[in-house]
Amino acid sequence: MSGRLAGAGAGARKVLAPLVLGVLVLIGWQQLVTVTGIKPYLLPSPTAIWDQLVQIVPLVVSAALATGANVLVGLLLGAVLAIAAAIGAARTRWFDALMSPTAAALSVMPIVALAPALNTMFGTTSTTPRRLVVAVVVFAPVFVNTLRGLRQVQPVHRDLMRAYAATPAQVTRTVTIPGALPYVFTGLRIASSTGVIAAVVAEYFGGLQNGLGSRITSAAANSGYARAWAFVLGAIVLGLVFYLATLTAERVALARQGG
Amino acid sequence: MNAQAGVAVQAVGVGKVFTTRSGAVTALEDIDLTVAAGEFVSLIGPSGCGKSTLLRLVADLDSPSSGELTVFGTSARASREGQQYGIAFQQAGLLPWRTVRANIELPLELHGVGKRQRRARAEELLALVGLTDFAASFPHQLSGGMQQRVAIARSLAEQPSLLLMDEPFGALDEMTRERMQTELVRICAESGAAVLFVTHSIPEAVFLSDRVVVMSPRPGRISAVLDIGLPDGQARGESTREDAAFFANVTAVREALHGGSVADLRGVDVR
Repeated sequence: MSGRLAGAGAGARKVLAPLVLGVLVLIGWQQLVTVTGIKPYLLPSPTAIWDQLVQIVPLVVSAALATGANVLVGLLLGAVLAIAAAIGAARTRWFDALMSPTAAALSVMPIVALAPALNTMFGTTSTTPRRLVVAVVVFAPVFVNTLRGLRQVQPVHRDLMRAYAATPAQVTRTVTIPGALPYVFTGLRIASSTGVIAAVVAEYFGGLQNGLGSRITSAAANSGYARAWAFVLGAIVLGLVFYLATLTAERVALARQGG
Repeated sequence: MNAQAGVAVQAVGVGKVFTTRSGAVTALEDIDLTVAAGEFVSLIGPSGCGKSTLLRLVADLDSPSSGELTVFGTSARASREGQQYGIAFQQAGLLPWRTVRANIELPLELHGVGKRQRRARAEELLALVGLTDFAASFPHQLSGGMQQRVAIARSLAEQPSLLLMDEPFGALDEMTRERMQTELVRICAESGAAVLFVTHSIPEAVFLSDRVVVMSPRPGRISAVLDIGLPDGQARGESTREDAAFFANVTAVREALHGGSVADLRGVDVR
């Protein structure tokens, strides 16, 4: 009983501590802006941002949905390709020799820098360039983690499947893929946050004006500084949503095997 | 199934050489061994004597470098592909993402047995190893002994006429171990399967076996084969462990295991 109370106390502290810190930072920020009289274009006050946010909530939500759709499509496309490539790389050596350096190269390339080129390629009214940027950014972490997971097959399981004269397809389906699943989710969790960043930043380079990134740039260009910050807040929430969604998926997948 | 064939495993002059970076290592040399259908044979010896290697050759998980090895009259490979043996290792090797029932059904599932039959067979096996209440549990929720019982149930799923067991009780505590041995003797007597059982425990080998094959290391050879004259299958129980015959056999195996010196002494006849 006391143990459970202590646990609840620790849980509350865990939530409370960052909340208190956040509130203190906001108060300090507000004081800094009002006392020193910093110009709004340098740093708008939290209350000014909040006022703006309340006025344009529907706009922030629709912009977040537009960007969120790009992230979702890009994430799914990139993840499916990465998982397929990892399965291929785990099974055939030459494919691994082809894919692993490619994934390494992709992971160090500033993919977002491709956005202007892709905009020209697909036209500025298309969401395709942004989704492609997300897909490319997502590919490397999912590929690397999935491949690591696929290579984790325990020797005793390998022996067992050989003893059962299981076909390669049966081994993949019953042992390799379930064993790799936790690693896939780790890759997805990493990919989801970078995917949101990529989707927002890709919008900075022109094209459709419906997403959070476009709204941030246009608000800033029109001296709507508090408004720009309100959209930034939307981007933070969007990032959190994707992170928590993939984290939950990972927890569920791990709970099934007592991990 | 193949009990009428009479011979489960036959090895003639079998050898195994592993090529490592530092050169060739002879794991097994000139192994001659016959396991009759329905017979329980234990391989015992110190680490590195090749007893597990020999088992892996019979299972066709490795192939011999020399000699001839047949299982039920066919090659080890054909016998593996024909699913003539069930196998259990020192690690239970259960799939952690499958329930106990689904783990037992795994070999049946892989070999295309229908869902209803699979379920029925799994129920029988769960009852046999006393885990009916844990059918829906996941392996991590079970103790080591229970996991090993699941692995044994799984090895019996296809009613094999040969069981290959590589120290399946090696990681268990003494109490669980003895209980499992008693259960295994009962199960084998019921199923009539031949068993090739790797162990490094002398009492375990004596308690379980019809014959104990003693091996010596570097290179792995058979140094002695002892007939254990204990009562058959069903008649072996906890009281057997306190029999004079049991202790006599334990002593005989220990002497064979400790090799030349004791045997020489006996040859000199000190009485």
